[in-house]
Amino acid sequence: MSINQEVELLRNIPLFAKIEPSKLKLLAFTSERLTYQPDQVLCRQGDMGDAAYIIIEGEASVRIATASGDIEVARLGAGDVVGEIAILCDVPRTATVRAVDRVTTLKITKELVLPTDQRVPADRHRDHA
Amino acid sequence: MESSIYRFILRYSKREQIVLLIMTGLSFPFLYYSLDLPKRIINEALDAKGDATFPITWLGVEFGQLEFLWTLSGLFLALVCINGAFKYAINVYRGQLGERMLRRLRFELYSRVLRFPLGRFRRMSQGEIIPMVTAEVEPLGGFIGDSISLPAFQGGTLITILFFMFMQDPVLGLAAISLYPIQAYVIPKLQRQVNLLAKERVRTVRALSDKLGESVSGVQEIHANDAARLMLARFSERLGRIYEIRFEIYKKKFFIKFLNNFLAQITPFFFYAIGGYLVVRGDLSLGAMVAVLAAYKDLSAPWKELLGYYERKEDARIKYEQVIEQFDAPGSLDPAHQSTDGDDTKGEPAGYRSSNLGVVDDDGDTQLDGINLRLEAGERVALLGPTNGGKEALTLVLARLASPTTGSLAFAGRDITTLPEAVTGRRIGYVGPSAFVFSTTIRENLLLGAMHRPLATPQRNETEQARAKRFVADAAVSGNSTDDPQADWVDYGAIGVPDGTTLSQRLVEILEDVDLQEDCYQLGLRGALDPESRPEAAARLLEARAGFAERLAGDPAFEALVEPFSADRYNANASVAENLLFGTPVDGTFAADTIAAAPYVRRILDTVGLTGDFLTMGRDMAATMVELFADLPSDHEFFAQFSFISPDDLPEFQALVSRADRGGIDALAEDDRTRLLSLPFKLIAARHRLGLLDDAMKQRILEARRAFADNLPPELAGSVAFFSADAYNAAASVQDNVLFGKIAYGEADAAARVGTVISEVLESLELRSTVIEVGLDFQVGIGGSRLTAAQRQKIGIARVLLRRPDVLVFNDAAGAIDSGAQGRVMDRVLGDAEDRTVVWAMQRADLARRFKRVLVLRGGRIVEDGAPDVLDRDGSAFRAAAGDE
Repeated sequence: MSINQEVELLRNIPLFAKIEPSKLKLLAFTSERLTYQPDQVLCRQGDMGDAAYIIIEGEASVRIATASGDIEVARLGAGDVVGEIAILCDVPRTATVRAVDRVTTLKITKELVLPTDQRVPADRHRDHA
Repeated sequence: MESSIYRFILRYSKREQIVLLIMTGLSFPFLYYSLDLPKRIINEALDAKGDATFPITWLGVEFGQLEFLWTLSGLFLALVCINGAFKYAINVYRGQLGERMLRRLRFELYSRVLRFPLGRFRRMSQGEIIPMVTAEVEPLGGFIGDSISLPAFQGGTLITILFFMFMQDPVLGLAAISLYPIQAYVIPKLQRQVNLLAKERVRTVRALSDKLGESVSGVQEIHANDAARLMLARFSERLGRIYEIRFEIYKKKFFIKFLNNFLAQITPFFFYAIGGYLVVRGDLSLGAMVAVLAAYKDLSAPWKELLGYYERKEDARIKYEQVIEQFDAPGSLDPAHQSTDGDDTKGEPAGYRSSNLGVVDDDGDTQLDGINLRLEAGERVALLGPTNGGKEALTLVLARLASPTTGSLAFAGRDITTLPEAVTGRRIGYVGPSAFVFSTTIRENLLLGAMHRPLATPQRNETEQARAKRFVADAAVSGNSTDDPQADWVDYGAIGVPDGTTLSQRLVEILEDVDLQEDCYQLGLRGALDPESRPEAAARLLEARAGFAERLAGDPAFEALVEPFSADRYNANASVAENLLFGTPVDGTFAADTIAAAPYVRRILDTVGLTGDFLTMGRDMAATMVELFADLPSDHEFFAQFSFISPDDLPEFQALVSRADRGGIDALAEDDRTRLLSLPFKLIAARHRLGLLDDAMKQRILEARRAFADNLPPELAGSVAFFSADAYNAAASVQDNVLFGKIAYGEADAAARVGTVISEVLESLELRSTVIEVGLDFQVGIGGSRLTAAQRQKIGIARVLLRRPDVLVFNDAAGAIDSGAQGRVMDRVLGDAEDRTVVWAMQRADLARRFKRVLVLRGGRIVEDGAPDVLDRDGSAFRAAAGDE
């Protein structure tokens, strides 16, 4: 898949729909394509997250640890976004995401989306002011 | 040390100076005759007086006029040659003498630095010592060669010439020297002022280099505190002072020169006036007058030399005195302490006794006070207490790095201050809070602790042997060290191994003791192994390569992690440059940044018809980069991470793309073409996903790969180390040799997973220690700057452990190691040093519980002494130390 196809893919995701095409291309160029083997962990509940993943291919399972054990809360497939909250505000991962079969993703790190001075804590600060 | 430069000269070069004087003396008769001959030629051969009759009888032989002229002229030529030969021989001898004396002086200064009392280095900085030993004494060498022979030679020449002039006519002789008294009176007066300024200049320059050294060491603080302007202002102030002094010296020197020249030019006035008068009256022959004038011309040279000598002498005298006074440090170690090799304390148990031991530092602060201590051999003692409460000072005194100011300290039954370093530096080992590592390999740094004396001379062939012999002879003449630095200095007995072959094994063990093995393994993976010096290890690593490939091939989870190199397949995870070379660039010729400019590469591209495609690709890449990155601020991190073009070059490429679009790529200038061509070489298909490399293009790059290898001219053969499935690549790291491929982009966590597999493979083939040994050859950088503080400290501990001293003294030696590992390292060190005396000063009382005895020092006194569980009670100083944490 070349970078232009990735741009198409990103355009269809609501989170990126409003971003102008040239920025989307930069995003696609600078983000890493990552493949996960079955059972490999994309993100772990409680860790500090620094990246979101857009699933290009394959299926992933979202699980949450509770008092009564692990429960699967969702299954994600092509076009779904994983862990976007982490790149918008600095909070720990809310769930563990595990590859079910071979999963190909586009890894979008925090720095790619928001320059460091535009993150949510700064916005909050503005709200208080 | 000799207090004046003349004492130094006489003490070490009396014989040579006498030889020089004799050579000088022998040269004078020839000089005199070469002055006398012109007169004979003019007066007798040319018959200027008009009273000669030919044939003439000279030395019993009869000559015609022309014959006589030829003979005398020939004689004159011969004398010129002889004088020249004398000058040459004397100069060479003088030069050799000067260089030897300079060598001796520098060696003496350095050996003094090594014997300074340690407190001296608090007042004297590196920045001051270095210019003294290097630049300041440099002119002294030249002067020492000249010191006696030059005034003798030039003075003798002067007297010879004057004698000749007086022989011709006393009045003319007097005229020639009539102005000397004035010069002799005025010049020393001026010179004295210059001397004072010169002294001042030396001091100011020293302070300048001190400031410079300080700025280099403290450059982080300067940046962190925005102090650059203040530093620049202060530096500028010092430069200004030096400028003033130098200009003042310049003016004074120039005036002296002017005065000399002026006086020298006035003298001929007397010749023409008085000499002319005498010739007119017939009291002086014209020949004599011409000879005197010629002699006077010769007179000015030695006179100038003498005046110059006087200036240099004063300069050298001052420089010498100013350097010497800095190196005559009271309290310096007796040279015998370092040169003695014997150990007559052998067999004496390594215990300490002190009575009323006290240490007062240079500032008059009491560090230790009234310490009465018995430490038996084999005891393990922890020192606790507040910082500067005495535990640090006590470790220094026990290692004889500081001397007691009052009371006494005995080690192995002898007063510790009388023991040579052959005892204190071998039976006692000390590691301080910031162990210094030297700019060499980790291995050398570890072995340094066991390299005291040369033990085995190295194997040398005949020419090398002769060269080594000459070196030693030269060193001996200059009073330098005659030890052979190439010899094997490692004391294997002290380390506890029979010889060098088992040494590496021991080093690997020691690394484990100080928790440095994993670090060294990682360094080894990234390091290079020389297959020529270690063919077996290289062969084993090739086995690992095969094992690794097998391991990957057998496991679908790992198969995708690495794309192996294959001679006939394009590697999508390698750059275009790597695919073309199919090897590792050895020198700069085919390095990533310059490969596009390499003429050979361009020729290959032309041959296989890729130049046009690469140019198009380059244009597309440049256009994409401009499109993607043009709006980003130039300091954006993306440039470093992702862009093929640096922000500074971006506008230029922007213009380049529009030029290419306007006039066509073929119309571009050569510079522009190179710039465009440089881009595709950096392209990595799997990473950059620009869709520029289709299968057809990959095939053609493979074609270029073959053409590159087939046509490589012999002079470029050394510039690339080709990948070969069954050969070890000396230019690549150990890890890359095992991998023999590229870690795939886009596989999650690939590098770490590959690392694990490599580690497993190496482990199973028992190659881990081989890799660690490669890591031992890692160059640590200046002051160990390529290592962390903890790694440096671990090396410091390992260095001392390796040579197994009877006493181990640690002064907060594990403080930089992370707290979890501190206890572990301490346990291993104590285990390794079984049966030996260990004294360990530490900050954390909890670590002290593993010692049988604890001393708590406060205010320079021992306030508690006992087993940790006895001391651990309410209100004890031990408890207080523990409570501080």
